[in-house]
Amino acid sequence: MERFVQVLIDGLATGSLYGALALAVVLIYRSTGIVNFAQGEMAMFSTFIAWGLLQAGLPLLVALLGTLALSFVAGMVIERVIIRPVEGGEVLTLVIVTLGLFILVNSAAGWIYGFNTRSFPSLFGDERLDIAGVAIPVESLGIVAVLIAVVGILFVVFQRTKVGLAMRAVAMNPESSRLVGVSVGRTLMIGWGVAALVGALAGALIAARLFLDVNFMGGVLIYSFAAATLGGFDSPLGAVLGGWIIGIAEGLAGTYVGFIGSDLKILVPLIAILVVLLVRPTGMFGSAEVARA
Amino acid sequence: MSSSSRMKRFRLAGWAFVAVVAIVLPFFLGTYRVGQFTQALALAIAVLGLNLLVGYSGQISLGHGAFFALGAYVSAILIVDAGVPYLLTLPIALAVCAVAGFLLGLPALRLHGLYLALVTLGVAIAAPQIIKRAEGLTGGTQGLSVDRPAAPAWIGLADDQYLYFLTLVVTAVMFLLAAGLVRGRVGRALIAIRENEIAAKTMGVDLARYKTGAFAVSAAYAGLGGALFTLPIGFLAPESFPLALSFGFLAAIVVGGLATIGGALFGALFIEFVPVYAADVNTALAGVIYGGVLILFMYLLPGGVMGIRRQIAARRAASQEQDAPAEKQRTEQVKTAGQV
Amino acid sequence: MSLLEVEDLEAGYGPVTVLRGISFEVDGGKIVTVLGPNGAGKTTTLRALSGMVRRSGTIRFDGEEISGYSPERVARQAIAHVPEGRGTFTGLSVEENLKVGAYVRRERDGIGDDIKRCFGYFPRLEERRGQLAGSLSGGEQQMLAIGRALMLKPRLMLLDEPSQGLAPNLTRELFAILERIARDEGVTLLIVEQNANLVLRFADYAYVLEAGAIVLDGDAEKIQSDEGIRRSYLGV
Repeated sequence: MERFVQVLIDGLATGSLYGALALAVVLIYRSTGIVNFAQGEMAMFSTFIAWGLLQAGLPLLVALLGTLALSFVAGMVIERVIIRPVEGGEVLTLVIVTLGLFILVNSAAGWIYGFNTRSFPSLFGDERLDIAGVAIPVESLGIVAVLIAVVGILFVVFQRTKVGLAMRAVAMNPESSRLVGVSVGRTLMIGWGVAALVGALAGALIAARLFLDVNFMGGVLIYSFAAATLGGFDSPLGAVLGGWIIGIAEGLAGTYVGFIGSDLKILVPLIAILVVLLVRPTGMFGSAEVARA
Repeated sequence: MSSSSRMKRFRLAGWAFVAVVAIVLPFFLGTYRVGQFTQALALAIAVLGLNLLVGYSGQISLGHGAFFALGAYVSAILIVDAGVPYLLTLPIALAVCAVAGFLLGLPALRLHGLYLALVTLGVAIAAPQIIKRAEGLTGGTQGLSVDRPAAPAWIGLADDQYLYFLTLVVTAVMFLLAAGLVRGRVGRALIAIRENEIAAKTMGVDLARYKTGAFAVSAAYAGLGGALFTLPIGFLAPESFPLALSFGFLAAIVVGGLATIGGALFGALFIEFVPVYAADVNTALAGVIYGGVLILFMYLLPGGVMGIRRQIAARRAASQEQDAPAEKQRTEQVKTAGQV
Repeated sequence: MSLLEVEDLEAGYGPVTVLRGISFEVDGGKIVTVLGPNGAGKTTTLRALSGMVRRSGTIRFDGEEISGYSPERVARQAIAHVPEGRGTFTGLSVEENLKVGAYVRRERDGIGDDIKRCFGYFPRLEERRGQLAGSLSGGEQQMLAIGRALMLKPRLMLLDEPSQGLAPNLTRELFAILERIARDEGVTLLIVEQNANLVLRFADYAYVLEAGAIVLDGDAEKIQSDEGIRRSYLGV
């Protein structure tokens, strides 16, 4: 029983990590209709920047905040410079451009930081809490809490601020947005900036849990895509819930289904994607437009 | 009229030149380089297959590395475990992959664009893991060693040259087959499907048959390429088929030119000689350039290398239109009446 | 000097030129309508004014030249455009649609009051203020689109075929409200319409557009009463 609860909590925490990256992917999809295959690599690069700031002697929290700010700017620049020329184009064009970005960012990180594996400190420490007789890592709880906080902040921004309203309007109807005076280009940039910021946070949390190297986000990406697919590609709430479901399912399958063991856990997100797309392409909370993509 | 036949002669001359270079190549290069070009040819077959699927039928696949691996492993396992002569393993690998491609093509019927990309991405990611798991058959992470084919005594070529020409012949045959396929009814049907599925359906095109067929054929090509790819190296392992390989195929068809036959050759050369997966600092810079080139291609040369000719023709046509008399513009006005 | 002065406006899409150098003006406080058959260039005219299509020529608004302005900048000049098909934000609520209409305004205080004013003109919208705009009927969405334009505190409102898809009695109601708005808010209206009859009844001045050129203009009353004109140009 204790094991079960631990697997559950562990799955919830891992799922939060998937959900965090999925949130970044969904934010971009909602605002621009693009699936950013390079989201994981951008998050990886941000994490390396954080690592660099740490090496320079900055305290963890300061390094993280600095990284979030820099990632926000980087996201805006990437939208303006790399994505803008092909926005609204064919699906294949966008896939290739984001794949190209994937390769570029991945290689750039390798070129600048090298290919060694490093460790990244955790925000929450190594302690375990005793809750009703079960030993639960503080880190797991912290990750879930951070994700919930992020979702809360995003909700407030989107629903209660002028900028958030503009972002939602642009996602729905760019032309009408222009007519009421919204600068569509600037709004898209902000959208990518926010997504990059969320991705950076995800990267830092994941690196603390796993390790930091040039390829550490590669494996996470498919899990996050599965979470986004399950939740509905334009639903931030869906991304988070989808992440939790995938995380828990993966944990349970890995522990209790012998045939899957630890190396075929990758089948969990794949089967999830396949099942969702064949049975209910809009996922749990996605809107109808999603299926037509 | 004469300009189009001049174009045709130009193209034929171009291909003749390529053919001549291809034939004399192995006599001027060392063993290692010849092996690389042999691999490039094998890649070209796979890239061509993917182009049939993506460029002609409009279905995205990020997972053709999996079929490449499947063909390679089928061939290797037959050689090592069953003692099948390597030449015979080629059509078997082709057939197995055709079936596998068809099987993937079935659920693909219900998926489009981004979603198809996602599912095929998943297949590409799963493939190395499944290979590792099926240790008994595939040798797991240890991989399989396959004896390199030796040149028959009567041919008077070195081993690497023999393998090169074998691959060259197969490649040429597959290219000609593909060219024949796309020039005829099949090609037109595929392009109709790519442009507008609903319209194609009303014209009587059997969507399911052509789309799954495209998957089957492209997978078969990829598998054949995979089988030929491993012969020069003599060794394969799950690491030989990373996600980057599937990305590379996609990049290759973009660089070479979507919906072109010849472009596959350029694309294959691009991915053979420009490393896509950086493993050390030297190759990392090349990776940056690789990614940057891909992005630039989508801005400047969306038609790839083969598309340069098309772009020039299009630009020439556009400048002619600007000089069109007012009458032509008025006709256009009436046509676009719905817009105003 | 008129509020809006247009000289030699050419506009089109890509290589196709739709407007072939038209000139017209709109006096402040008036209701002006642009009539014409399908394909004449009516929508293109409004889109050219808003900077949404490629154009050349001179556009002057209150003396200032706005010929090269982007749509966002045009909006900031207090020119509101109610597009063809309403352009409602279907995923936002009625109230949010109105709020986003006030996007360009710097002073945020008056917005709540202005929303109330909108509801004053369109009580049906107030009933549905929390509903998603996509669930509204065609007529209600048209009202919402006009309300959104009002939130910008426009000096000039461009309306593209507001009667499209609406039943005649609803259209009459809508035009009556528009007349009230023009009078009470001091907004100049430039209305593009297919339905000549209805709009001529309450417009001050009319232009008739055909194949990208203005073939006729004059007081709305005169045009409406002239049988010959109506038969030749307005298909009545």
